[in-house]
Amino acid sequence: MAIGIALILLVVGTLAFHFWSPWTYSELASNWGQIDSMLSLTFVVSAIVFVVINLFVAVCVIRFRYDKDRKADFDPENKKMEWILIGITTVGVIMLLAPGLFVYSEFVNPPEEAHVVEVVGQQFAWSFRFPGEDGVLGLSDMRFVNIISNPFGIDPDDPAGHDDILVQQEELHLPIGQPVKTQMRSKDVLHNFYVPNFRVKMDLVPGLVTSLWFTPTKTGTFDIACAEYCGNGHHTMGGKVVVEDQASFENWLAQFPVFKSEDSQVEVSIEEIGSRIAQSACLSCHSIDGSPSVGPTWLGLYGKQETLSDGSTVSVDDDYLRESIVDPNAKIVQGYAGGMSAFANLSDDELNALIRYIETLSE
Amino acid sequence: MAKAEHVEAEQHHDDHDDHHEPQGIWQKYIFSQDHKIIAIQYTLTAIFVGLIGLGLSGVMRLQLGFPGDFGITDAFYFQAITMHGMIMVVYLLTALLLGGFGNYLIPLMLGARDMAFPYLNMLSYWFYFVSVVVLLASFFVPGGPTGAGWTLYPPQSILPNTPGADGLGIVLMIGSLAIFIVAATMGGLNYVVTVLQLRAKGMTLMRMPLSIWGIFTASILALLAFPALFVGAVMMMFDNLLGTSFFMPAIVDAAGNLVSASPDKPAYSGGSPLLFQHLFWYFGHPEVYIVALPAFGVISDVLATHARKTIFGYHMMVWAILAIGVISFVVWAHHMFVSGMNPYFGFFFASTTLVIAIPTAIKVYNWIFTLWRGNIRLNTPMLWCIGFISTFLIGGLTGLWLGNVIVDIPLSDTYFVIAHFHLVMGVSAVFAIFAGLYHWFPKVTGRHLNKIMSRTHFWVTFVGVYVVFLPMHYLGFEGMPRRYPSYGEDFNFPASATDLNAFITIAAIIMGIVQFVFIFNMAWSAFKGKKAEGNPWESTTLEWQTPDTPPVHGNWGPSLPVVHRWAYDYSVPGANKDYLTQDTAPSATAPRSDRHLDDHGTHNNGHED
Repeated sequence: MAIGIALILLVVGTLAFHFWSPWTYSELASNWGQIDSMLSLTFVVSAIVFVVINLFVAVCVIRFRYDKDRKADFDPENKKMEWILIGITTVGVIMLLAPGLFVYSEFVNPPEEAHVVEVVGQQFAWSFRFPGEDGVLGLSDMRFVNIISNPFGIDPDDPAGHDDILVQQEELHLPIGQPVKTQMRSKDVLHNFYVPNFRVKMDLVPGLVTSLWFTPTKTGTFDIACAEYCGNGHHTMGGKVVVEDQASFENWLAQFPVFKSEDSQVEVSIEEIGSRIAQSACLSCHSIDGSPSVGPTWLGLYGKQETLSDGSTVSVDDDYLRESIVDPNAKIVQGYAGGMSAFANLSDDELNALIRYIETLSE
Repeated sequence: MAKAEHVEAEQHHDDHDDHHEPQGIWQKYIFSQDHKIIAIQYTLTAIFVGLIGLGLSGVMRLQLGFPGDFGITDAFYFQAITMHGMIMVVYLLTALLLGGFGNYLIPLMLGARDMAFPYLNMLSYWFYFVSVVVLLASFFVPGGPTGAGWTLYPPQSILPNTPGADGLGIVLMIGSLAIFIVAATMGGLNYVVTVLQLRAKGMTLMRMPLSIWGIFTASILALLAFPALFVGAVMMMFDNLLGTSFFMPAIVDAAGNLVSASPDKPAYSGGSPLLFQHLFWYFGHPEVYIVALPAFGVISDVLATHARKTIFGYHMMVWAILAIGVISFVVWAHHMFVSGMNPYFGFFFASTTLVIAIPTAIKVYNWIFTLWRGNIRLNTPMLWCIGFISTFLIGGLTGLWLGNVIVDIPLSDTYFVIAHFHLVMGVSAVFAIFAGLYHWFPKVTGRHLNKIMSRTHFWVTFVGVYVVFLPMHYLGFEGMPRRYPSYGEDFNFPASATDLNAFITIAAIIMGIVQFVFIFNMAWSAFKGKKAEGNPWESTTLEWQTPDTPPVHGNWGPSLPVVHRWAYDYSVPGANKDYLTQDTAPSATAPRSDRHLDDHGTHNNGHED
């Protein structure tokens, strides 16, 4: 009896929760309204089945509860009814599947005119590459990666790469109303490029190029969240997509370097070189504004007394920092998990540049 | 011929009495070859390891509800999600349903004295035991257990910056899985052979209880699916220790260096991370049904018994189990719709996945029609069955969302997925296990469970699972990604979502604590509970007809039971009571009612007296 009432309350409660819940889909900001329609259709079909079957069970347990003077019906099978139910279920499944596959066929066929943006994932940061004038992205390979001169691993011998525009930051701008095809690859582990407002998502797989497409339909700033587990800092791998008009987009894009131009850099200070190394390799795990992250913040780090996991203290100087970069798990700061990659391939000059940059954050 | 078999059976029994009755505590309770003892060993070990899994979910919930307040590091959070997932799916659910229920029920329900290969059966348990020890050992090695996520996707899983992977964590995890698979293979072969060879006279396949159909089919799936995981585990071990590149493409670390297994090995190149995902899910999806099919069977039997009604559409139920078993091998890539595999696979795998919904729906319809015009006794096992129908329903329906590829794309890797698989595979399977444990406890121990504790356990758990998992669907709608120990300022989730997470945590912790009421109830009632008769639920199936309760070694006394009817003769018109046990010979007051099953060419009653 109580279980019957509980099931009725469950149905009422679930529906009430649905209608009063403040939690719902994020605002749609792409062309994928059809996906939202599919979500709604699927919701309605499954809600009806959920309500009907729960209520049916509730009625059964209330109406047919035990009575020692009564016998249950003897009703071992009813072929006709079973086939009718199979038929209804099949129709229901086709009703969901057919439009679903129809929308999916649009998802797997990006429009011809879509412009290409490359999305590159690494632990735990996003970067982006635009193809430049020729509209073609240069070939890339992990063997070409150098975190200072070629962080994207672009093949220097492929002329198509020579005009590629490198956006080494976690904010991507896109022009409104233009279909975009993101070509995606990863430098290390699996990641997933997911902007809830655009509805679509796809993994980044090392060794493969994957893709998805959408057309931004609303201006504004939207969150990127990595949606495939990628290690200790997975949850810190955020980013932003800013959708704006064509002119603002072009202005924004113009500030970024072209691949070839990186080789012929003008003289920069040693701290500036350190800052670039940090941008490329360090700042996805170490903040420079004091906020907690995967590793200790660099703000005020140089010169301070740091407590290690074994309870001892160490003063942060050149030697300590050098060791922590080259052999990071030798000393773990209290409260952190360790597990940072060893940056043993940095030259002495580069190490020194990085340490001088860290020192500036204590001034 | 019938007579000859009978004599043979009796001789076999004499052998038992003379030579096989074990003496001494070691042979009797530790290295026992008795299927009932092995079943209890499997069950208790699985419950023990399940409690560790439950504790780990507490760790996760504390961190999600109150980020940072309990000193849980991100690394430990990732280790907790990994171990929780693997423990619950493999070491609890699979072990308990096949090793526990399978071992106990197959010989007893089929009228056999033991499994076909008792020695192999003992080995199966001890391999399982070792696999659990190896798994739990990873908590005590430097670096702790692996935090690669329970799916162990490479490249992450074998990179040293994964929590636990710099030590032995990942090696122990892979090694433990390999040992578990050996155990499951030995068990599975035994279950299949026993079902095919050791059924009592008159126990045709189409007279078997659905529990046996479920366990039998799941055992076949396990034999076919686990090898894929095994080769995946071996190849990953090679990649990790020997520096091969089965799953490893060329990748760089944060410093831009090409990664290799160790400094003296060449850099990884040319391998495919997706290959591992295919191997994993080729095992992983049948695995869902390795758990679900025995659960379906248990629910069918417990439901019919307490509804005092024949299971509706037995025939269709058997065919649905077989159909699900077959189709479950061609749906695996629905776990990979956003994995970067060839997107055209999506059309095929979405279609097969939605097709499997049809036999699954048949099962739900037949359960609820079994209730219709029944005479329902709301005993505790029955409450769990009704709870199961409800949670399996909602979990199955959300399967229609995630199986339909375009609907999966926005929801994949969000809390919607967490809600889906916990309800359909976690909660529902656990409800079926509870239904089974409450149902068969009086037979296993000869005593009843305490009713107040039983009801407390059910009600808090039933309300709890909805309070915990229903709102998670909505967090998924918000786009909240899974496997995040905290949601920093980077993401624009409403503050109310954080409050909701705290609320879910409190509900989950209450529900977790109530599970200890169940543990206490089992332990207390096994010794102090009210004495139970041999067939307290007035059930038809053979395990309730043993001469002793609990059944003794050899199960059946001097002669084996002879089966005269199917497993569901409840409320047969013309019978003098509302159930006729399977070994009741047909008579005026006990008419046969299963002739409808003979009409389909599956009968085998030539030996009928």
